[in-house]
Amino acid sequence: MTAVWRHGRPALVLLLAGLAVGVPLWLVVVTSAKPQAEAIRPNLDLPRRWQPGSNYEDAVSQGEMLRGFLNSLLVVVPSVVLVLILGAGAAWVFARRKSGLVSAAYALCISGLLLPPAVITIVMELRQLGLANTRPGMIAVYTGMYLSTSIFFMTGFIRAIPVELEEAARIDGATPSRIFVRIVLPLLRPVIATATIMVMLYAWSDVFYAFFVLGGGERATLPLNLYQVASAQLYLNNWHLVFAYVVVMSLPMVAVFLVGQRKIVSGITSGAVK
Amino acid sequence: MTDTVVRAEPAPVTGAPKKAGRLPRAAVHHPWWFALPAIAVFTGFFLVPNLLNFYYPFTDWSSYHPDIAFTGLDNFQTIADDGSLLRAIRTTLLYALLAALFQNGFGLVLALLLEADTRFNRFFRAVFFLPVLISALATGYVFQALLDQDGAVNSVLGTDVPWLGSTTWTLVLVTLIHGWKWMGLSMLIYLAGLKGIPGDMLEAARMDGAGPWRTFWSVRWPMLAPAVTFNVTTALIGSMNTFDIVQATTGGGPAASTEVFNIYMFRIFGQGLYAQASAMSLVLFLVVVAVAIPLVIGLRRREQTL
Repeated sequence: MTAVWRHGRPALVLLLAGLAVGVPLWLVVVTSAKPQAEAIRPNLDLPRRWQPGSNYEDAVSQGEMLRGFLNSLLVVVPSVVLVLILGAGAAWVFARRKSGLVSAAYALCISGLLLPPAVITIVMELRQLGLANTRPGMIAVYTGMYLSTSIFFMTGFIRAIPVELEEAARIDGATPSRIFVRIVLPLLRPVIATATIMVMLYAWSDVFYAFFVLGGGERATLPLNLYQVASAQLYLNNWHLVFAYVVVMSLPMVAVFLVGQRKIVSGITSGAVK
Repeated sequence: MTDTVVRAEPAPVTGAPKKAGRLPRAAVHHPWWFALPAIAVFTGFFLVPNLLNFYYPFTDWSSYHPDIAFTGLDNFQTIADDGSLLRAIRTTLLYALLAALFQNGFGLVLALLLEADTRFNRFFRAVFFLPVLISALATGYVFQALLDQDGAVNSVLGTDVPWLGSTTWTLVLVTLIHGWKWMGLSMLIYLAGLKGIPGDMLEAARMDGAGPWRTFWSVRWPMLAPAVTFNVTTALIGSMNTFDIVQATTGGGPAASTEVFNIYMFRIFGQGLYAQASAMSLVLFLVVVAVAIPLVIGLRRREQTL
């Protein structure tokens, strides 16, 4: 049994990785290097004629990738920053104060962990506020959607930090703001990593909410752009361009993961299982 | 949820006069205004839309006329009569159930396969995490290219199966893709759960003569309860909000057999029937609440009894 397991396990892992991840990845990479005629019926063959250069160039220029990338950055980065800072402030109060009102406010603020955002009436509200089709509107919606996650993780984390650290600073005459910036925020570093990754994973690849709030056009984010490019009649079944786009679009997330792999893995797991 | 909204309102009145004149120490040390921006944004852009969602489904709000009038249950009547209401509920629940099953099944198997902390395993954990990093829309396109009738799978197998054309099995295939995309995340959480099991506990089981199978069911699986709670809850709730994978592979077809709530809302909103889309959004809200509350309570109780 153990001998079979010792040799069988790595073989099984290799087989699973090859089939489940290798094949789709291979399809994307080879197809993105094919001319249109070969790519129209996608298969796993190597390209007979290699033209990765022109495909990637087309995807970047015709797909408005630079604009999409910039749009994504301009929406996702402020959202992440707001989710972290506002979340940390709220979590500090929720973790340290005890009263019926505090627990009620906490329960309310983490209700977004389970409840779905009401996307249709979000559009209605943004129109009335004059924020429809704007980046501030999108940032507000993402921030509202992911605040629950960050407040939940951070409140649990702060409760585990001994309050004596704050008291020592208070005796030295530090104001609450100073204690928050100098003591609480630095201690939150591990959970900030977790929250950043979680928000990035969802917000960077979101199409659904971006469609309703930004509605394509000038301000379309990277994935929304891909959706428009891929569903435009002109590009239908142009797998070589779609996959060139997919490769370029996925690179930033893969790069972020490779650089911060250890932190990300421990961040995700420490936040989840308590 | 609405209970908490109601409860939060009168509370300040009862809280304030208790220590009138002097601020309590907690208020000085951890003042409310640190929490207010978060509460304001969350209320303004999450709770208020959800409250509005209890009004607009009962109106005739649409892109066809500028005024909005109360129409009672007309929208619910419409979606119930054309069959889309029941279909969306059934499809979404089935989708969530299967997607959570596949995501957790794959994730747990991978975690058990890659449990030991070796260089080989660490590399392959990263490999299996790759799909999590790729956007769900891109995932959908990749599998469309694989499973299309003119696609790669048929060309490799030499078959001509319309994988995405079955009104029964395509939904299962799409949930398999959903499970594939998120299995890496479940795997990481199960790995953390496995790591948290004390070594001497496994040692004791081995000393008592328990085989790997017995050890799994009697020691590992009960000890994994918190990881199961987290994974099952996030997978079920997350997949009820699914959109990208379905849109990119089938667009809701064939014959609306994969039309989950969000696909329906997207389509109907595009036709300008906003109130009708809002009605479906309210139903989604109610379905999620109806599933989530017993689920969380049940799984928490299970953790305590195991």
